[in-house]
Parts: sequence; C-alpha cells; structure tokens
Amino acid sequence: MRRYFGRKLLIYGLTFFAAVTINWLIPRLMPGDPVASMVSRANLTQPEAVAAMQAYYTGLFGLDLPAWQQYLNFWGALLRGDLGISIWLFPTPVADVITRAVPYTLGLLVPAILLSWWAGNRFGAFAARRRLLDNTVLPVGYILTATPYMWLAILLAWGLGIVAGIFPVAGGYSYAMRPNLSWEFAGSLALHWFLPFLSLFLVAFGGWAIGMRNMIIYELEADYSSYLAALGAPRRLIRRYAFRNAVLPQITGLALQLGVLVAGALVTEVVFSYPGLGSLILKAIQNQDFFLLQGIFLFIVTGVLIANFVIDIVYVLVDPRTRAGMGAEA
Amino acid sequence: MRNRWRVLTPLLATCLVVTACTSGQPPAPAVQSSAPGAAASQAPAQGGTGAFPRNETLYTGGTQWGAPANFNPIRNWDHATGTNGLVYEPLFLFDPNTGTFTPWLAESGAWADDTTYELKLRQGVTWSDGKPLTAADVVFTFELGKMKTVPYANLWTFLKSAEAVDAQTVRFSFSKPNYQQWANALYSRVIVPKHVWESRSEEDVVNGVNDKPVGTGPYTYHSHDQDRVAWVKRDGWWATKALNKDVKPKYIVDIVNSSNEVAMGLLLQNGLDLSNNFLPGIANLVNGSFGVKTYYPEPPYMLSANTAWLVLNTEKKPMDDPAFRKAVAGAVDTKKIVEGVYGNLVRPANPTGLLPQWDKYVDQNVVSELGFTFDQAKAKKMLADAGYKDTDGDGFVENKDGSKIQLKIEVPAGWSDWMESIRVIAESAKAVGVNLTPEFPDYNALVDKRSSGKFDMMINNERQLSNTPWMYYDYLFQLPIQKAQNTVNFGRYENKKAWELVQELDGKKPEDEAGMKEVLSRIQRIQLEEMPAIPLWYNGLWSQTTSSVWTNWPSSAPDAPKSAPTMWRNWLELGGILTLTEIQPAKG
Repeated sequence: MRRYFGRKLLIYGLTFFAAVTINWLIPRLMPGDPVASMVSRANLTQPEAVAAMQAYYTGLFGLDLPAWQQYLNFWGALLRGDLGISIWLFPTPVADVITRAVPYTLGLLVPAILLSWWAGNRFGAFAARRRLLDNTVLPVGYILTATPYMWLAILLAWGLGIVAGIFPVAGGYSYAMRPNLSWEFAGSLALHWFLPFLSLFLVAFGGWAIGMRNMIIYELEADYSSYLAALGAPRRLIRRYAFRNAVLPQITGLALQLGVLVAGALVTEVVFSYPGLGSLILKAIQNQDFFLLQGIFLFIVTGVLIANFVIDIVYVLVDPRTRAGMGAEA
Repeated sequence: MRNRWRVLTPLLATCLVVTACTSGQPPAPAVQSSAPGAAASQAPAQGGTGAFPRNETLYTGGTQWGAPANFNPIRNWDHATGTNGLVYEPLFLFDPNTGTFTPWLAESGAWADDTTYELKLRQGVTWSDGKPLTAADVVFTFELGKMKTVPYANLWTFLKSAEAVDAQTVRFSFSKPNYQQWANALYSRVIVPKHVWESRSEEDVVNGVNDKPVGTGPYTYHSHDQDRVAWVKRDGWWATKALNKDVKPKYIVDIVNSSNEVAMGLLLQNGLDLSNNFLPGIANLVNGSFGVKTYYPEPPYMLSANTAWLVLNTEKKPMDDPAFRKAVAGAVDTKKIVEGVYGNLVRPANPTGLLPQWDKYVDQNVVSELGFTFDQAKAKKMLADAGYKDTDGDGFVENKDGSKIQLKIEVPAGWSDWMESIRVIAESAKAVGVNLTPEFPDYNALVDKRSSGKFDMMINNERQLSNTPWMYYDYLFQLPIQKAQNTVNFGRYENKKAWELVQELDGKKPEDEAGMKEVLSRIQRIQLEEMPAIPLWYNGLWSQTTSSVWTNWPSSAPDAPKSAPTMWRNWLELGGILTLTEIQPAKG
C-alpha cells in the first residue's frame, strides 16, 4: 500500500514540476512584450513618458532579469505563496484575482462532472438491453457528446435566455444585487449557474451514457453472466455484477475527462460571461498577462492532479484486483 | 462492494441536494432577478439586501473589458469606468459638436498675457469628504506631473510653474505656450484632493488602487465585483446649485464586457440601458421593433469618434515614395468597407482624415486641388507614371529597380470588422496591380511590430476626437523618430517642415481660428501631397440605448439632447456627464 502510493506521489510530483515549468515557459514564448502593450494602452503622447513608464514596469515585474533568474524567482515566490501581480488587472495580486474566480468555476465543474458521471452511468446501464430506450434516447446521447460545448451553450443562451427569457445570459448573479446571505441572492446565484451547468452536464452526460451502455452489453454477454443465468440467478443480481465490472473503465475515463472538462468550462464561461477561471484564461492570454496565466494554470494543474489522486484512491476501494496486486508487492 | 458504494453515495447525494435546492427555487422570484432589477422595480424596498432598484439604476456597458482593478484617476486608461467624470472632475468640459469649452470646476480661465494663464475656481465646490475645493488642489494636481511616470509629465516640458494666488485663483506660467495642448489638458485632466493625496509616494500615485476615491463629482463609490462596478449618487454635488443640473440615476452599475454577443443579449433583455459596445448588425435592431436606439435613426447611426488610418511604413520600399502612397489611397474601395463590412455604421473619411466635428478646419480648396478619390484606373496610371511596371508578367507591378513587391497588411486577430476591411483593401490593391496580402497576428505581436517599425501596412485609430486637430497632426508628423514609436507616427514619416508647422499650430490660441486655419491649410497641403498615412473611415462613438427605464437619450431628433451618449473613458468630459443630467426616468 505505502509503496503504491509512494510511487504515485513521486509521479505526481514530477508531473507537477514539469507542468509548472512548461507553464512558466509558454507565455514567454508568445510573441510580443506585455509591458509594451500595457504602456501602449496608456496612450501617452510624449516619448520620454513612454520610456520612463516602460522601464518602470519592466523592473517592477522583473522582466529585465535574465531568464534563468526569472525562473528561480518564480519558484521562490511560488513557495512563498506569492503569484505576483496581474498585468492586465494592474495592480491586483494574481492570488486575489484567482480566489475570486475559483468558487464559480468549482461550483460549476464539480457538480457537472460528478452528476453527469453518476447520471450518465445510471442511465446508460438502464438503457442497455431496453430496446425502446436504446433506440430513442441513446442517439440523442450520441448527438450530445458530439456537440461542441460552445455550440450547445450558445443554443441554450439563445433559446432559454433571450427568446424564452427564463434565464439570464450573463454574470454570476443578478446585476441588481450585492452578495449577501439571503434566499434571494442564493436564488439569483442558482439561476445564473443553471445554464452553464446544464451545457456542461448535457455534453458529458451523453458520453457517459453511451460508454456505460456499451460496457453493460459487453458484460452481460460475458461468460460469467451466462453462467450466473444458467445457475438461475435473478436478473437483478446479474445486472448488478455487470454494472460493477462495467464501471471500472468509466472511473479511469473520469480521470482522463477532467482535463477536457476544464477546457469545456473555459468555453462555457466565456459564452455565459460567467466570472470563473475560464473567462480569466482567455483574457490573460489576450493581454499577455504572464503572471495571471501562470497562476491559473498552476491552479488547474494542481486541481487535476489532486482529482486524479483521489480517483486512484477510489480505484483501490472499488477494484479488489488493485488491492490484491498491492498485497503481492508489499 | 455495497459498503464501498456507501462511501460514495452520500457524496453524490450531497451534490444532488445542493443542486436540487439551488436550481429548484420557485421560478417566480428567480425570473424577476434574471432581468436585472425587475424584481426590484416591483419591490423597491429591498434596501436591506443592498439591491439596486431597477427604476433608480442605470446599467451601462462597453467600457470596461476586465474586472475593475483600480479607481486611480491618474491611470485614465484602465481605471474603473466612471472614476474620471463621475467622481473626479476636470476644470472644463469640452463639447466636440459645437467646439466650445464649458467651465466646470473652473468658473473662468483666460490668458493674462502670452505666457500666463489665470484660472478662477468655482465657489462652493466640496469634496465628497466635505472639505472645500481650493486652488491648492489644482496646483497639487498639476504638480503631480513633475513625477516622470505620471502620464501628463510632458506638460512640464513647457509649463514653468503653477501657483495658488488665493483660495480660488491659480496662475500658470509657461516657458513656451503650447496653447492647443494646454486647452486639451484643461478638460482632460481631473483634479484630485491635495489633503488625501499629498502623503502618497510616486509609487502610490501612479500604481495605487485608490479604493476610497474622494472626488467632487456627482457619484461616489458604492461597490464592485469582478464583473461590475457600482456608483451611488451623493448629496451636495456643486452643479445642482450652480448650474441647476442634476444627475438622474441614483445608482450607476457598469457591467464588465466579456463579448459583444453578451452585450447584445443583455441589451435585448433590457438589462443594459446604455451599451457602448460595437455591435455589428445593430442597424437591424434599430430598424426593427426591439426598442434599441442609436444617435441617428439612419446611417451612419453613430456620432464619429476617431479616424481609422491606413498606416504605411515609410521606411520601406515602395512605401517611401509619395506617388506610391497616393496611388494606394486612390485604389482603396472605402465605400465597399463602409457598406459591405460595416453596414453603413461608419462614414468614409475626408481626404484629410479630420473628423466631421472638425470640418471647419479642413481647407476645402486644398482638398479639391490635391485630395484623392476612389478611382482605380487613375491609381493604375499613377503607378505606371511613377515607374512601377509589371516587368515579369505575373500581374503585379515591380519596384522601380525591378525587384518584386510583396507587401503585407496587418490587423490584430479577432478584430473581425478590421479583418474584413483589410481583405477589401488587399483586393483593391491587387486590382491596381499591387501584391498585398492580409495577415492577422496576435495583438501584442502587432504592437511590437508597430513600435519597432517592422510592418508594411496596418490599420490604426489610436487618436480620438478632441478639442484640436493638432492631435491628429501630432499623430501624423511627430519627430524625431525614436527607436520605438509607441503612440504616434507609426509609419516613421520624416518631414521637418511639416513638424515645424505642427508645432506652430500648437502655438496658436484656440480662439484664434483664422490663425489656426492658415497653418492648417499649409499642413494639409503637405499632408495631401505626401500622404504619410491614408485616412479610411470614421469609427463611430458606438452607443446603443434602450428606453424601458431611462428616456430622453441624446439623438439627432430636434428636441433631444445633443451630448455624447457614452461612458467611455475620457468621454465623460466630452459631454458624457451631461447625458446623465438629461436622461429622465421612464415612469413617474
């Protein structure tokens, strides 16, 4: 057991190191100079003022240092929990910008991922071997998974937001409110949350349902199922065993899907102008905000790694073979 | 196995319950809050929850593209919408339509002699913390410019001193009176309170968040979040008594843009009263029954705000040849851009590029003698006459020395209207035999190329409408050429004579219209003969309004207000603030 997790942790550590390094590198390989574009926005008339300002900000962000030194400083600051100052939202610290956006993204992603996984698997298992459902609902699932998030999101925003007028099309909560502890505010939050959630949920749901349905059919046709049936076991029992076996690849799939969902959230948040990390990434790239981009990716990388680790643990819990393997090693 | 599932079940169940109780809100109150404040208009007594009653709130958008990060009036390019104008105020307002200055914090101002300007402040103006505005505040504000990183530091290259003569009088002495620039500073610089700012370091002045802004204006800070900033009206704004003007909305909530599509959606849901976004196809909404209005009910729909120039890199061949530049000017099918790309939301530019508000400064004789018109046959002939011939038979002309001409025209990726426009321009160029291809680099990459002069052609609209065409000629002709040209003369055009004339123009008093025109005529002659950059079209002061909550928006209708309907930065002092005093609540 300890060895298993020790090895996993080492791998995660290395992944983290590599991811952070790449994440530090990429914005610096992008063309253009963030300070120059920041200064050009200032619309100064006099060249002397421009020069003074440029020198000042380059020094402030430490961009005048050699690359290796910037890289070391970056790790140093990171270990102190300092993510730097945002260039785009100057002079807000990056940590502040991210902390304000994180609740929205997590509130969107966590339920969307877990619920779609749970509901998709249940539904897929249920639909398998029920011809009527299989022929009507699953094709819809195919369409849903093949739908790009953005397209579905725009359709939802247009249909339920603008035409039907039931849901708002932008923002994290009503523009008429201030955050407070009241049912009204919670309702507003939920209402603004619903469409982005739905678009993420639907796309992921379709994928899980199809996967599960295929797995169940495969398992029901496996030898052990036939054997159980021949022994006269009730159908319910056979299906339960089939489900347990079928769910294992789905758990692995969940780990793989996490990264994709983060990207999906990005697009969805942009479409609904939802104030989470996704909208921030886009703006950070557009404005060449190195520090903000680093901070967000750091957060995402950490999140995905933690989630994968959790799934590793879950795997140990649900798959006896993993435990058996560990026992043999230890 | 069952036991293990029990571990996960509560987790999922919790999620379910959470979603169930949040998404399962009774629809009625939820729908109300979806259209911002619809709930509030029915139940205005929500004060306890800090809501903004719909009928007292003005929702604006189109200025802010990122979370409000600072309220620092010195940072007039990225402070939260309304910091300058709603909270901090300038000495004068400038009305671009009539070309007149309106005393604002100042009561009057005049040149005592050629190098001394005397300013009288209004009596009874108070800061939002109750202290009176005095001459010391004005002196302090201008002296902040002695810090090199303050954006108006350049004033001190010709301003010698600013002193408070008494509590209401300030005297400015100049080493070289640049009257045009000074007039610009009088309305574009806002005054900050000395008693709040004097203890701040340069670092703090230039980079501070200034989260508790103390100003003289009609509004004070209320609250902000990453996608909005809210201002609340304050009691005792001086103009209510002095000018009998009052801002009508109790609250102003400015919504941060994420995209123009979202702005369009909010506008259609009546969630925005004033949108200053560029919304392609807005003409359809204006002509349809969507309740969306623009300044003009017909083309061009918008007031003009700035000129889009085709900037040519005059350090490169063949753009270093005026004959080539003039031929390109005649070849560009601007009409096709105006109609095809913009659907008539913009106007084609005058050959001088001066905005319609500056029409009186255009010397029509010079324009009719030297101005260009769209005529591709003539453009072709101009190229041939100047020695650009197709010697290798590939359908494109070559340089005079026989080398190939392969040029690129660039605009930032994602700027869809400009991207379409340069496709039209490239087609136009090809029609007269110039090999020009459109390219769409990343914005920051283009900024790099632009300042270092590593481009062939691009579109730029850096300079906005202001009190003086000097701004545009400074943009076209400023010398000397630096290693990095960050804000002006991107084409690196060098003409000492023209630059001298531009400086001479700066030395003309704004009221000396004849003197200005005389210099302008000489500048325009050089401009049209040399064509350092080609004016294309006038971008609009993008502005869409709805009337479900606020009416009497500025428009071209005879009895409507004529001030600028906008919250754009640096536009509140060009009349945006007056718009807020003109609008009326729709009901009651």
